[in-house]
Amino acid sequence: MVDMTTLGDDAIAAKGWLKSHKYLILRRISQLGILALFLTGPWFGLWIVKGNLASSLTLDVLPLTDPYVLLQASLSGVVPETAAIIGVVIVLAFYFLVGGRVYCSWVCPVNMVTDLAAWLRRKLGIRSNSQFSRSTRYWMLALTLILPLLVTGGIIWELVNPVSMMFRGIVFGMGAAWVMVLGIFLFDLIVAKDGWCGHICPVGAFYNLVGSKSLLRVNALERQACNDCMECYVVCPEPQVIKPALKGEKQGATPVILSSDCTNCGRCIDICAKDVFSYGGRHAKKNDGLKREGEISQGAQA
Amino acid sequence: MPDRERNNELNRRQFLGNMLKTACGVGLVGLGLGAYSKRASTMPANYIRPPGALPEEDFLGACIRCGLCVRDCPYDILFLGEVGDEVATGTPYFIARTGPCEMCEEIPCVVACPTNALDHDLKDIEESRMGLAVLIDQETCIAFHGLRCEVCFNVCPIRNRAISLDMQHNPRSGKHALFIPVVHSDACTGCGLCERACILEEAAIKVFPMHLAKGQLGSHYRLGWKEKEKAGEALVTPDTKHRYNLPDGVRYDLQGEGLIIDGEAEETPFSSNPLDTLNSGFMDK
Repeated sequence: MVDMTTLGDDAIAAKGWLKSHKYLILRRISQLGILALFLTGPWFGLWIVKGNLASSLTLDVLPLTDPYVLLQASLSGVVPETAAIIGVVIVLAFYFLVGGRVYCSWVCPVNMVTDLAAWLRRKLGIRSNSQFSRSTRYWMLALTLILPLLVTGGIIWELVNPVSMMFRGIVFGMGAAWVMVLGIFLFDLIVAKDGWCGHICPVGAFYNLVGSKSLLRVNALERQACNDCMECYVVCPEPQVIKPALKGEKQGATPVILSSDCTNCGRCIDICAKDVFSYGGRHAKKNDGLKREGEISQGAQA
Repeated sequence: MPDRERNNELNRRQFLGNMLKTACGVGLVGLGLGAYSKRASTMPANYIRPPGALPEEDFLGACIRCGLCVRDCPYDILFLGEVGDEVATGTPYFIARTGPCEMCEEIPCVVACPTNALDHDLKDIEESRMGLAVLIDQETCIAFHGLRCEVCFNVCPIRNRAISLDMQHNPRSGKHALFIPVVHSDACTGCGLCERACILEEAAIKVFPMHLAKGQLGSHYRLGWKEKEKAGEALVTPDTKHRYNLPDGVRYDLQGEGLIIDGEAEETPFSSNPLDTLNSGFMDK
């Protein structure tokens, strides 16, 4: 059993505080930075990005559209404008490359709420865990895509979707949306560990599918160095993805975390005192990185 | 049964059971969402959708709640419904009394819409039908008291076509006129400038969504005079002229007050010989 009071101490001792929180800090910068890009307009009149995560226009040229929201609209019978289709293609291409659930861990504002809940759970030692399946989110996804077909009057999920609600709330006005956010926080804190993001959220499930063959993955190339401290399992929001890669050496399994449940958040990289984990390609092999670096420098010389 | 098979059996049973549980739970959520969506798609009468908005049901399916229309409105009149507002969360609306549509020629809100929830076929803002102005309270509108106001008439961007003034006799003074504002739905866009401009504490002229503002004549109704105008002639067989069976030299005309005797005024239209009268019909033919 991992001692929650000393969680992360080894990593701090081995790498220093900054390096053992590197990706956590970068993710917060990313999440808040994206919000900031949307907020400079309404707050200071400096328009960088207009709209919200559902659809936006950056510097009046770059359209970005959430494929999940547009899919719901399309299912309820709408024919989108060209800009929206271009926006969707760009977004899909991006997440196809870097991993769909990068949306969850690097963009989605709800992640900050659920991360806080998970952190508090560890600090307060709350162990309650309502058992329901991680596949619930796919059922939810199916539901949200079927509803527009069955019920007239549209994109039903977007009436209650806490993800779009929270982001839109911050950018356009929150109303009572904070109740939803608080609800998710309490749900994650008291009812189920990683309850919302890891079990229910259909947005995450959608991006999960988008990035199921993504190129950027976390790997455990240095898995021989693992000292079984188990801390990566504790901080990981989808701990089931780690074992096949970390402990699969005997079965000849790849050290790359291939499960698309993985959010590429990099917390395992941060928390590991032995530097077992790192970001890499889908087909990363040990020493592959070194070789490639060599090739690149040779190429640069030539 | 060997143990392994039994385990498999149990696992399969567990798996199916879990799946069923999840499916039921999610199904319940779906029912709740469906019911909620019915409630959540109602909207107060004074919330008006931006120009070019599809009919409400289609609009709710097409709008992805991105707020780009809100951002591109140069007059900042549009809002996105917040949670707790009486409008579908995240969908755009404006309130005419506080911020009416200024009817930009370029219609930037429509141009900004990525999904055609605001119909891109709308090129001329005067063709938009956001709602319809209705002079809802004749008791407080001061024009009906014989006072000169005409503010709604004057601020209307489609002046004299969307709102005209109907001059009527003022029965109170007996010698003045009433200038009654009359809205015409063939020209009114529902921009709401009249509602904002109305000088009353509470506007007497208000913009309502089309379905609240307009009546509809039964589809079987045909207005005779209009049909006649369209066809260039009456569509029914005209009445045959009535012929009175009157003695020679006598007509019947109500306005002329009854029987009229034409020609030389004889003492009496009847011959002194009764046979003449009896035979007169035969003699004509």
